[in-house]
Amino acid sequence: MDGHSTYVPKSGIARWLEQRLPILGLMHSSFISYPTPRNLNYFWTFGAILSAMLGIQIITGVVLAMHYVPSSKMAFDSIEHIMRDVNFGWLVRYLHTNGASFFFLAVYMHIFRGMYYGSYKSPREVLWILGVIIYVLMMATAFMGYVLPWGQMSFAGATVITNLFTAIPLVGTPIAHWLWGGYAVGDPTLNRFFSLHYLLPFMIVGVVVLHVWALHVVGQNNPDGVDVKDVARDTVPFTPYATVKDAFGVCVFFIIYAWFVFFIPNYLLDADNYNPANPLVTPAHIVPEWYLLPFYAILRAIPNKLMGVLALAAAMGLLVFLPWLDTSPVRSGKYRPLFRFFFWIFVICCVGLGYLGSQEVSDSATLVARILALGYFGYLIVVLPVLGLVEKTKPVPTSIADAVLPKGVAAAE
Amino acid sequence: MMTRLKASLLAFAVLAASAGFAVAQEADQPKPPEQNWSFHGVFGRFDQAQLQRGFQVYREVCSNCHRLSIPFRTLEDQDGPGYSEAQVKALAATYQVTNDEPNDQGKIFQRPGTPADTFPPPDAFPNDQAAAAALGKAPPDMWLLAKSIKYERGFPWFITDVFTGYQEDGTDLIYGVLTGYTHKDDPQWNLYYPGHRIAMPMPLQDGAVKYTDGTPDTVQNYAKDVAAFLTWAAEPTMMERKRIGFRAIVFLIVLSVLMYLVKKRIWADAH
Repeated sequence: MDGHSTYVPKSGIARWLEQRLPILGLMHSSFISYPTPRNLNYFWTFGAILSAMLGIQIITGVVLAMHYVPSSKMAFDSIEHIMRDVNFGWLVRYLHTNGASFFFLAVYMHIFRGMYYGSYKSPREVLWILGVIIYVLMMATAFMGYVLPWGQMSFAGATVITNLFTAIPLVGTPIAHWLWGGYAVGDPTLNRFFSLHYLLPFMIVGVVVLHVWALHVVGQNNPDGVDVKDVARDTVPFTPYATVKDAFGVCVFFIIYAWFVFFIPNYLLDADNYNPANPLVTPAHIVPEWYLLPFYAILRAIPNKLMGVLALAAAMGLLVFLPWLDTSPVRSGKYRPLFRFFFWIFVICCVGLGYLGSQEVSDSATLVARILALGYFGYLIVVLPVLGLVEKTKPVPTSIADAVLPKGVAAAE
Repeated sequence: MMTRLKASLLAFAVLAASAGFAVAQEADQPKPPEQNWSFHGVFGRFDQAQLQRGFQVYREVCSNCHRLSIPFRTLEDQDGPGYSEAQVKALAATYQVTNDEPNDQGKIFQRPGTPADTFPPPDAFPNDQAAAAALGKAPPDMWLLAKSIKYERGFPWFITDVFTGYQEDGTDLIYGVLTGYTHKDDPQWNLYYPGHRIAMPMPLQDGAVKYTDGTPDTVQNYAKDVAAFLTWAAEPTMMERKRIGFRAIVFLIVLSVLMYLVKKRIWADAH
């Protein structure tokens, strides 16, 4: 979207550079003059929050890697060395472990915001799919990062997740052996997970660049879900309007993040992971980190292993097709009362699955998990396609300015 | 929309409550009572005298079977037990440690400990296998014990803990187990240990450790002091963390307020 791309280099050096590599102009049109809809609410600050979290994870991760030893004999002790002997090592490590959780918290807010306001709909399909790719990369990165401390839950988690591949007929077991670098999770597994855990974040950065690029081609969606018609009336320049709003959002998010890091740093961690990995002792109750729990519950809800793994893959994979599963021409949930009802049911299903994923298996828990899984898939496969065809939507405002500005002002401008 | 949201929240509450059957099922596994710890909360600080008493209990009782893989020097920590340099030097010298490197003749040798050394394993059990062979199960290393055990908090406590800053579940469980030998005829029955069967027979008796600061020599006091000491051993940087954390959060709140005011001002002409 080219609105006010009006960059004029001021200094001689900037002019010289701009004629050879127009990077300043790119920055200017992306983050300064970029037109943002004037009706965005605070749910739109999660993009900036996510960028901040990605930055924090990479910086703290690079520092941790300076002290961490990726070997099954020394990994656990090297983490404790960081916690006790490295200057501010405890801070860097708690920022990183809790940072992963807050990264996911922000990404879930970001995803649910996109789902509520129909941000995945044409012309933003590619933008959405790139987002799903980032999400999957994040899960892979987080999973491998969780293995690195080589505690009891690291080892159990690595064993459970890599064993999922053995469900694939014929090639499953060879794939698992190939992933492990042996016949069980061990030293080679830890080493390659460390290598990949360092690599994947930079792949995330790459896809994030594409995500932002795609965003700046099609423009941001907004709470009313109507297109920008008149750049002057419907939008405000990114700087200072969006930058200062994002900065405020990031600060508030950081307060909660800091509360966890400094005062309840182990709240989200599993106590058993402070016991060194011991292949001879399996934890009584294996639980993944909270952000993977809904998928874990779906996996456990299905008695057949292969079917469970397929359901797990489908639960993530279906998100890619969301732009085409939702048939409604109206983007924003604000104008779709019936959709809103089902959307909140879907959110309850996700949270409920997450809770059940953390609980021990029992007949009644499995039954509830099956009902909620049905709700999850039902929303994506049945409700969204049908709703678009039968739902009576409310009238959509003719423009963003009409939606937010008082009547007189909108007419006068 | 708000009513929808409320309805949804209500639905979730019902769901969570009905799924909370797991809590009801575990009614025969009581939760250890929550103690008042000096180090709880934003301004919580370790009580140096308590940590020193706790170390005394560890040294005179626990250390017979349990290893504690922390260096002697950390006992000098002013945020921790705060022993003097001379005290720690003298203490370390009372232990025989195995030198990492062989001597000039190529022999591995024993020598008196220095503050830089880590506490050696108990004399009776040089390794886990030896301990397991003698006791049936190797006693865990105590350096991370306070963080590596927990009990099920259950609904709604696991939510309220976020706001109250409750992080002492391991500490409370240590205290609970040490005071939970309630079947006098069965020394391996414990009220708070998961499943009630514990490999460790009741380790503490009233009067077993002689305190020198006037604190009564009771099992409750021993349990409380050693639980506090082990919490410090598991998280020796806690005081530094809370000090920096308080400043960090105050800073972020002020910054947020300023950001909000700037934002209001900038957006004033956009509405």
